[in-house]
Amino acid sequence: MSLRGKVAVVGVAESDLGEVGPGFTPLDLIGQATLRALGDAGLDKSDVDGLFSASAHYHMPTLSVGEYLGIRPRYSDATSVGGSSFVSHLSHAAAAIDAGLCEVALITYGSTQRSGGGRLVTGSEADPYEAPYKPRYPVSMYALAASRHIHEYGTTREQLAEVAVAARRWAKLNPKAFMREDLSADDVLASRMVSSPLSVRDCCLVTDGGGAAIVTSAERAGDLKETPVYLLGAGEAHWHRNISQMPDLTISAAAESGPRAYAMAGVRPAYVDVAMLYDAFTINTVLFLEDLGFCEKGEGGAFVSGGRISPGGELAVNTSGGGLSYNHPGMYGLLMIVEAVRQIRGECGDRQVENANIALVHGNGGVLSSQVTAVLGSESAL
Amino acid sequence: MNQEAGEPPAGVYRRHLESGALGFQRCTGCGAAVFYPRVLCPVCGAADLTWETSSGLGVVYATTAVYRREGDPYNVILVDLEEGFRMMSRVEGVPAERVEVGARVTLRVDYEGEDPVPVFVLRDEDR
Repeated sequence: MSLRGKVAVVGVAESDLGEVGPGFTPLDLIGQATLRALGDAGLDKSDVDGLFSASAHYHMPTLSVGEYLGIRPRYSDATSVGGSSFVSHLSHAAAAIDAGLCEVALITYGSTQRSGGGRLVTGSEADPYEAPYKPRYPVSMYALAASRHIHEYGTTREQLAEVAVAARRWAKLNPKAFMREDLSADDVLASRMVSSPLSVRDCCLVTDGGGAAIVTSAERAGDLKETPVYLLGAGEAHWHRNISQMPDLTISAAAESGPRAYAMAGVRPAYVDVAMLYDAFTINTVLFLEDLGFCEKGEGGAFVSGGRISPGGELAVNTSGGGLSYNHPGMYGLLMIVEAVRQIRGECGDRQVENANIALVHGNGGVLSSQVTAVLGSESAL
Repeated sequence: MNQEAGEPPAGVYRRHLESGALGFQRCTGCGAAVFYPRVLCPVCGAADLTWETSSGLGVVYATTAVYRREGDPYNVILVDLEEGFRMMSRVEGVPAERVEVGARVTLRVDYEGEDPVPVFVLRDEDR
């Protein structure tokens, strides 16, 4: 049994983003985003009967969110797989709706990590077999993966820098992006080294922000005010938690989650009009382009070069500006769903991809640990 | 109390380190080298794991130099031991940025306070 086309995203919103200032709580941002997403969908809070959330701030996030919003769900899911949680929630919401366990699902997230101190808020426990060496979580783990990719495939720091430059070019077209100043590959290479080969401009931002997405059955979606954006396929995979347990640092579990999502959706990479690839670090985009079949293993560095994932390039990647330049409030997966839905609706203004009918959303969580892929599409893609 | 499992895997591991050796487990079912220590084989699921001592000879699989606000960067590696398991560690005695993927290294057990910590140094012939 397939979930293809069974549900649609009918409302999306961001909360206030960037730096919201002291005093606001993550739940305040969740409240903002939820109100806006419900308004976007033309639904009322009382319509929501399924609640999905994950958090580094709240130990029991669906309970905290349900209480704050005054929602008493009959179905809840707080699956916690880092930044990929919300793409996972989208898949789980589809299953729950299809099974009749709920009808209108709210997926939401918020973080005030920038106003709260400017450092990544993480509930991640240190692994006792890694802790003595003090890797800086999570950047050193991604740096190790980058070092291996460089060693095996001759990928260069210049090629990684191209990922950051492309993200910035998209961000310059997005008024909500946090970083919009010019950025060259030389700027990236000259920026402060954090954990070699990754410099600070190879790393995602630390911002405040949150989001919400409303999902309901395809049947009910047709009666709502916004153009439905259908879930065509989804796939999940995880093979490790700690980087020292990752079987091959150049191959993520996206090599499994991607094909699962493609198979359900009945699409191939060539059909994808716009791709949201969780860019916590520049190496991520390279790995996911390879693992999701946009290029061969080892060719990601060449693929991102020469502006090919920039505006006007061959493949539109992270059109919001991504975690590298738009916003990255600790976990970023929900904001990718927001951008993908807007691209398919044609609401993206200067950064709109022409005739965007199929969007791939790929979430990453932990240290290249959890990989969750979803394919979204317009009615014409059904 | 149910003590069928005997000594905790982490305790056996530490005892090895305190005697200057790097212990790891070998699955008697499928032969896989298992690290970190646990109570079942993550490859085949067998519960029968035996302890072995590593030669301490390994090859750097991945490396990074971690930068700080003050002081020199320090090294973090993933190292593949010749028995077929991988662990995180660091290479001592070389500037952090000079550690290369593919470098041949050998074990040394250092102490941080009371705790034995397995680290690696370049093999004599490679220094």
